[in-house]
Amino acid sequence: MNIHEYQAKEIFTSFGLPVPGGNVATTADEAVTLAEKYGMPVMVKCQVLTGGRGKAGGIKFCESIEDVRKNAEAILGMDIKGHTVHKVLITPAVDIESEYYVGMLIDRNTKRVLLMASAEGGVEIEQVAKDTPELIFKAPIDPRYGLLDHEAMDMGMRLCPGDVKKARQLAASMQKLYQAFVHSDASLAEINPFIFTPEGKGLAIDAKVNLDDNAMFRHPGYEALRDLDAEDASERTAREAELSFVKLEGNVGCLVNGAGLAMATMDLVKYYGGQPANFLDIGGSSNPQKVVNALEIILSDKAVKVILFNIFGGITRCDDVAQGILTATESMDINVPIVVRLTGTNEAEGRALLEGTKLHPAETMDEAVEKAIELAG
Amino acid sequence: MAIFVDDSTKVVVQGITGRDGGFHTKEMLEYGTKIVAGVTPGRGGQTFDDKVPVYDTVKDAVSEHGVNTSVIFVPPFGAAGAIYEAADAGCKLIICITEGVPTVDMVKVMPYLEERGVRLIGPNCPGMLAPGIAKLGILPASIVKEGPVGLVSRSGTLTYEVVYQLTAAGLGQTTCLGIGGDPVIGTTFLDSIKAFNEDPKTEAFVMIGEIGGDAEEQAAEYIKANVKKPVVSFIAGQTAPPGKRMGHAGAIVSGGTGTAAEKRKVLEAAGIPVADRPMDIVPKLQEIWKR
Repeated sequence: MNIHEYQAKEIFTSFGLPVPGGNVATTADEAVTLAEKYGMPVMVKCQVLTGGRGKAGGIKFCESIEDVRKNAEAILGMDIKGHTVHKVLITPAVDIESEYYVGMLIDRNTKRVLLMASAEGGVEIEQVAKDTPELIFKAPIDPRYGLLDHEAMDMGMRLCPGDVKKARQLAASMQKLYQAFVHSDASLAEINPFIFTPEGKGLAIDAKVNLDDNAMFRHPGYEALRDLDAEDASERTAREAELSFVKLEGNVGCLVNGAGLAMATMDLVKYYGGQPANFLDIGGSSNPQKVVNALEIILSDKAVKVILFNIFGGITRCDDVAQGILTATESMDINVPIVVRLTGTNEAEGRALLEGTKLHPAETMDEAVEKAIELAG
Repeated sequence: MAIFVDDSTKVVVQGITGRDGGFHTKEMLEYGTKIVAGVTPGRGGQTFDDKVPVYDTVKDAVSEHGVNTSVIFVPPFGAAGAIYEAADAGCKLIICITEGVPTVDMVKVMPYLEERGVRLIGPNCPGMLAPGIAKLGILPASIVKEGPVGLVSRSGTLTYEVVYQLTAAGLGQTTCLGIGGDPVIGTTFLDSIKAFNEDPKTEAFVMIGEIGGDAEEQAAEYIKANVKKPVVSFIAGQTAPPGKRMGHAGAIVSGGTGTAAEKRKVLEAAGIPVADRPMDIVPKLQEIWKR
C-alpha cells in the first residue's frame, strides 16, 4: 500500500526522525489558517500517490499569505498524472545548504533490507542509478543486529566526508529509518531529500513509504491511511472481498486461480488478438462466495463481453469452483457468455456439476481463450 | 533420484488439523509420502485421519519419529513462527505453503535458517513433487509422471499447467518445484538450477518465471556459463501494466525493471529458448533436446 508524504512523515516522526512540522488542508481557507500558524515562508505540497509532483507544478514555495491562498486554490483539484489533488501539505519552508538521498527497500538478492544513500539528493534517484550508479552507496542490513553504529557512521562519512557533525546526524537518521522500516513493515522507505540548513540542522523534508499489504493484520491503525479516492472502485471492492484484481482496458473478463496462471491467461488473450479486461486471482482458497464476489466485480465493468474461467485445481478444488460458478450464475442476471475450463483436483466432480448448463466448457487453456475471444465478438 | 528429497525424507505437517492442511495431508499420504507426524498446538495426543499422530510441538514429532522435513500450512501470522520452530527442532528441509507472510518476517527468518543449514522452499508456493519419491505440498499427483525432466517455477497453477503438458507428451519429471511468488523466498531459481544441473537423473529442465526482480536473469547467467543440459523457459506477465502488483507480492514491474520483455531478452541472449505460450514449452524442449 502506498501512503502519502504527510502520512509517511507521521510515521517518521513517531520513530524520532527530524521532520519539519506541517499539516494537511483540504481547502484554501484551511491552508491559510495553517500558514498563519507556522509563519512565512511555507511550502504548499500536493498529496498524491505519484512521483514528479514538483515538475507537474504541485509543489510551491510561498512567501506571503496571498501566495498560499493562490497556490492552494490552484493545486487543490489539479490533475497530476491521473491523480486528483484532494489534500495539500502546508509545511514551514527551510533554507537548504545541502541535499542527500537516503532510502531503504527489500533486496530480493541478499534477502535483506538494503540501505541506499547518495550525496546526489533532491533529484530522481532512478536517474542517478541509471547515469551514475557509482554515486549511490549500498549496504545490506543484517536483521540479527540491525543497522549498527559503525555501519551507519561509515555511510554518514561517505556522504559528508570531513564533517563528523553532519555524518552523525545522517547516521542517527538512517538508524531511525531502519527502525521505522522494520516496525511499520514497510517495503520501501525514502527520504529524498534529507537536507542540512545553513545552521547545520538535518531534516527529512520529503518522505515516501510503501507498506507491506501482507502485514496489515498487525497494524490495524494503518487501514485508515488508505486513500480510497486514489483507488479504482472495482479494485477497492476486490480488495475488500480479498481478491487480487487489477483492472485493464479490454473486454475479456478473466477469472483465474493463481497469479502466474492469471498472468499467462492475460498474455494468451493478447496472443490470440483479444484484450483482457482484468487480472483476477481468486487465490488459494475454494470458497464459493469468492467466485460470486469475483463475478460481480468483473460484471460491474460494462465493457466485459465474455467471462473466461481458467481453473487449474491444486489447493482450489474444481468441484468447489464449479459449485461457486453455479451458485453465482443462478443468483445473478448474467447476460454475457461464460467459458469454463476446469482441470486438476476433483476435475471430474467439477465437470459433472456443470453438465447440462448453458456454460461453454473447454479442455485446454488455448481452446478456452480462443472460444472466449470468439464469443466476445 | 530427485533434488532436495530422497527415500530418507520423513515428514511432519504443521497445521495438519486445518482445512487446507488436512485436505492436502490426505493427498500426500495417498501418494505414499512418509508423513509420520502432524503438529497443531493444543491437539497433541490426537490422531489425524486414524493414521498420523498429532503433537503440540515439532520437537515432540522429531524426538518420537526422527522427522527431517516439515510442510507448513499455518496462517500468515504464524508462518514465520512455524518456520523457526521446525528449524530449531532439527528439520533440514522446510516447505512453507502459506500465502501472505509479511516480508519483514521472512527477512528475519533467513539468517536463522542459514546458521542451521536448513533449506526453505517458499513461502507462498505449491511445494514440490518428486514422482515416485514424495509429494510435499499441493501439486496434484494425478498430473505427474516419473521421468527425466526437472521443472522450477515461481507460480503454482501455471506450474501444474506445464507439468500436465509434459506428462501428456510422455515426458516424466524428476522433480516439479514451485519456489513461490514472494519477494523474499528461501530456495531461488539459481539454487534449483544448480541442483538440477548436478542431479544425474535430470536430463533437461524447464524454468517458468514471471515479472518482477531479476532472479531469471541471474539464472540465465549461470546457465550460460555452466549448464550443458537443454533448458527452456517461459515468462508470465507480458501484458502486466507497470507499477501494479499482479497477485504475487513479488510480481511487479517497478521503475522499468523486471519486465517480461527484459527477462526474455536476457534469457535468449544466454541461448535459452523462451516459449510464447505455455503450450509451446514442450515442443520447444523437444526441438532442442536430442535424445
